[in-house]
Amino acid sequence: MSVEVKIDRLCKSFGALRAVDDVSFTVHAGEVLGFLGPNGAGKSTTMKMLAGFLPPSSGTAQVCGFDVIEAPLEVKRRIGYLPEGAPSYAEMTPRGFLTFVAHVRGFSGAEVGRRVDAAVAATSLFDVLDQRFETLSKGFKRRVGLAQAILHDPDVLILDEPTDGLDPNQKHEVRGLIRRMAEDKVIILSTHILEEVDAVCTRAVLIAEGRIRADASPAGLLEMVPSANGLDEVFRALTLGPEQPVTQAHTPVEPSA
Amino acid sequence: MNMTAILFKRELRAYFATPVAFVFLVVFLVLCGIFSFQMGGFFQRGQADMVSLFRSLPILYMVLIPAIGMRLWAEERRSGTIEMLMTLPVSTAQAVLGKFLAAWAFTGVALAATVPLWVTVNYLGQPDNGVIVASYLGALLMAGAYLSLCACFSALTDNQVIAFVLSVMVCLVFTLCGTRVVIGYLSGLAPAALLDLITSLSFMNRFDAIVRGVVDARDVLFFLSFMALGMFANVVIIDRSKAR
Repeated sequence: MSVEVKIDRLCKSFGALRAVDDVSFTVHAGEVLGFLGPNGAGKSTTMKMLAGFLPPSSGTAQVCGFDVIEAPLEVKRRIGYLPEGAPSYAEMTPRGFLTFVAHVRGFSGAEVGRRVDAAVAATSLFDVLDQRFETLSKGFKRRVGLAQAILHDPDVLILDEPTDGLDPNQKHEVRGLIRRMAEDKVIILSTHILEEVDAVCTRAVLIAEGRIRADASPAGLLEMVPSANGLDEVFRALTLGPEQPVTQAHTPVEPSA
Repeated sequence: MNMTAILFKRELRAYFATPVAFVFLVVFLVLCGIFSFQMGGFFQRGQADMVSLFRSLPILYMVLIPAIGMRLWAEERRSGTIEMLMTLPVSTAQAVLGKFLAAWAFTGVALAATVPLWVTVNYLGQPDNGVIVASYLGALLMAGAYLSLCACFSALTDNQVIAFVLSVMVCLVFTLCGTRVVIGYLSGLAPAALLDLITSLSFMNRFDAIVRGVVDARDVLFFLSFMALGMFANVVIIDRSKAR
């Protein structure tokens, strides 16, 4: 089974609001796709549908060949998902929570401890392992969310703002972690931080008002608005202006080794 | 480990990880004491039985079970952990069952804490222990039925206060709907068939029969099917609330 995520004409409406409107793209193993767009553009909604939390209004998505509507449990087994805001049970400790997730993910015996230890090491959680989640700082909460997402070494990682609330050192660490894991996985992450796209992503999909405005490599994104000076201005030009057709179709980018 | 068992363990631990469990148990036991000894006349009746405790249970449960059930889903919805839970490879039915069983087990713990009274009754006289065992099992079934209602209201909202108030309201209806006051009031307004139906839905009437020592399979079946229906509704509500 090939490791890929295929989104096919995905739509989601909340009442009259069209949050995600006809979004299609395919992501292959080795790609780190940065999902960009203003607040309310439909990034989180798309990710929730991919993770099997929200059912699409129309269209569908396939994760490693399994359809999110027809085989949601198979999809969930292959995905590691960091929800928006990295929620966790307030009264649990990271150790208790990660052990719980390991059990739910089907591990048993000594493997549970090994998985938890590896996830804790990768996210530098050791110092707060036995502190209640509600007492942790925003950065540690985010890392607990990240730890549960990578615990089962999934084929597909969907991370909703993985570096939000982290200090610059922590951001650096998490980006390193993402780059290390990228080799044989599909990673889709949303972010507001444009430098992050340059730092970790091999591809950027920019959406606004639920529609794809651009789908290109970070360098390709810069070329789309020749007058722009830096990604910030590209972002503004593509999301504030009237909708233009996607001018540069995505050409698969070989992941830089 | 079985998925429902994993969720059950996490959920049951959550009660004891906060003061909720202890506050609840203390309040429950104090109220049990007041109802049995002060209002139920445990000593004055001069009979070796636990009727004074069991008679008060529907009233106690009507208010206290919503307090246990209100957090089941509303808390997950408020804190966003429901998104975490439902994107793990867990089916909605497993989640509903695991949570329900944990809360039910907790009501069992509370009930078990009244066992000293049972011991006392045996010390003071010769009670019909068969009836007492049946009453305990009946109480457990009734608690489950209340709880399945409360779980549904908890799933409908992300606000625990709203879940609590609505649950108490509806529990009140199912507790009192068979009493003479209600039926007497309705007897001029509704046809007899409807009155029979309303009476048959009363938790209090059915539980009273068990406490009197009349164990009818239909009463047991009533509570069990009430629970099954409640859990089914719970699954539907959770799936629909995600679909919005």
